[in-house]
Amino acid sequence: MIFSNWIRSLDVYALTWRLPVIIWQVLFFLAPLIFMIAMSFFLVKNYRMVEAFELVNWMKIFSKGYFWNSYGLSLGLAALATFTASCIAFPASYCLAFKLSETARRWAIFFLIIPFFTSYLVRTFSWYVLMAESGVVNNIIGHLGIGPIKMLNTMFATNIGYLTLTLPLVIILQTLSMASIDKNLIEAAHNLGAGRVRAIVSVIIPAARIGLIIGALFCFILSFGDFVSPYYLGGSNPPTLPILIIDTTKSGQQWPRAAVIATVMMVTLMLVALSAIKIAYKKR
Amino acid sequence: MSDKIKTDKKSRRSFIKQSSGIATALAFPTIFTSGKALAAPTEINMLAWYGHGEADVVAEFEAMHNVKFKPKYYAGGDNMLALIAQSPPGTYDLILSDGEFVQQLDQAGHIQQLNPSDYPFDDFIHDDFKNFPGHWRDGNLYSAMIRFGFLGVSYNRNAVSEKEAMSYNCFWNKNLKGKVGHFDWHLPNLGTASLYNGNIPSPFNLDSTQWGKVQQTMMSLRSQSGGFFDYGGSFNSLKNGEMLAMCGIGDWITGALERDGAPVTSVVPEEGGLQWTESYCIGKGSKKAAIANEFIRYLLSPKGQVKSASMAAYPAFCVTNAGQAALRKENFFEAQRTGQIDGASNNPIKLINDGRIHYRDIPVQQSLEDWNDVWSEYKSS
Repeated sequence: MIFSNWIRSLDVYALTWRLPVIIWQVLFFLAPLIFMIAMSFFLVKNYRMVEAFELVNWMKIFSKGYFWNSYGLSLGLAALATFTASCIAFPASYCLAFKLSETARRWAIFFLIIPFFTSYLVRTFSWYVLMAESGVVNNIIGHLGIGPIKMLNTMFATNIGYLTLTLPLVIILQTLSMASIDKNLIEAAHNLGAGRVRAIVSVIIPAARIGLIIGALFCFILSFGDFVSPYYLGGSNPPTLPILIIDTTKSGQQWPRAAVIATVMMVTLMLVALSAIKIAYKKR
Repeated sequence: MSDKIKTDKKSRRSFIKQSSGIATALAFPTIFTSGKALAAPTEINMLAWYGHGEADVVAEFEAMHNVKFKPKYYAGGDNMLALIAQSPPGTYDLILSDGEFVQQLDQAGHIQQLNPSDYPFDDFIHDDFKNFPGHWRDGNLYSAMIRFGFLGVSYNRNAVSEKEAMSYNCFWNKNLKGKVGHFDWHLPNLGTASLYNGNIPSPFNLDSTQWGKVQQTMMSLRSQSGGFFDYGGSFNSLKNGEMLAMCGIGDWITGALERDGAPVTSVVPEEGGLQWTESYCIGKGSKKAAIANEFIRYLLSPKGQVKSASMAAYPAFCVTNAGQAALRKENFFEAQRTGQIDGASNNPIKLINDGRIHYRDIPVQQSLEDWNDVWSEYKSS
């Protein structure tokens, strides 16, 4: 009875349109996620995975100091990248949203998209040329009697890599968010005696809150899961969680233990994303 | 008007004729090709370290035998074992293995028996190589050694003197703080630490006390460490001066750079060095075992040995006297650079006979997992 009522209450038209998204999510997100969680309980014997339900991988990973070191480092680096990208992006986005014409803004957004036309790996390697001790930056500052400064194989280089990946995206999201703010609100704030800083703090940031937070969230997600920058620019020194996953699979083919690390990463990202969305859509 | 129509019709007909000819040619391209070209090359699946399936090594053999190598590259023996374990039998026709992992391949039944009379064992440059550990079982041969090299101290000549480099102590030099790189694999690094601790002649056969001390030695190097690199990363970091010394590598990385004029080189220090050994096996279940075997024979011929020793990706020593002689004849500079000439102080056979070289092995009293755990701990500390 309840089931038939439920069937009758279904909006078939709406469901038809939602179905592709649902199928997509089930096939490419939910099913692999369930498999990954299941895999974390498997065992490896003679370099082959054997189906089992054992907690040994979880206990092994959680008991290792290097896992917690990498976890803390990954969180810290991703948070730092998020903060840095948001801070750098804000003035740029403000300028694009309020100081440029519609046409100029479109061009600017187009130019921000261009970096995505090239491989992220290639963009990362271009930093190699710039940041090496015998590279372009050190050569320039060398003429001023400074350096050479060690940049590659440091957390600084990792952060630069993260920004290469995320900064254009953060600027675009912030710009689109600010551009949709009703300009009358800002004018009203000025008419009521608010200076520029006050208008930014009291009007622009609250009004663009969703875009600012979503931009920061994307930056965090991409940085937290990135393998390329910490490996090639940071020299795995020390390793972040994505590098630890690679190390775990490389040696001994411990895919189940890698699945434990990946599950922890997924849970962390879900918690961060849910918190961010809650804050973004919180009613004032 | 009628002429125009006629012309149009004619041109339409010829267009249809021509286009159907082109379509047929596209659909059945072999109709228009010669009988010789019809014989598609036989594909040989190869599992190897990077560079072994590249043109400088295999092109001549491919042309001679109408075969095409399909290489899959790996880094590290445990990585190789994992790739094989996850593939159906017969996936790989040729498997290039680190010498110490041949035994594991054999035990797991991944490789097939070879015929010793196919290979020039009588001409091998060292008696140990004729009966290399793990390559034989119950008098039967399972793998043919084709090349080898040494691991020791690799360094930038502008920053470290040869005298300093002759001891692993140089890695702890204050001037090299943050400038000591590691090849990102536990075996050569922990093996080096074991050699430094004086665990000879068996740096990989460690009791719990020795193993504990090796870990301490390794951890004491952490503050000097500048990064952990794969093949390309090791290459780049030495080339651009980011790393001034490297642990866990040898001439197989610096040799290629040295050939290009970079001020880097490798030595076997007084505490001793490790030997890496590369051997070819034929995968069990391979349907192309005969041609795979022919390739191993080719690599052990003087011509093949020269190609192997001068491989663009990373150089190595020849394993046969005839190969070494051919190298001296064809590329004396490379033979001299690597000490493969009579009387050279860095002659590989002299170093082995002097007891300075120890064959890299898998841990005897610990598991590979234990070593990998310590390595991960080291990296993240």
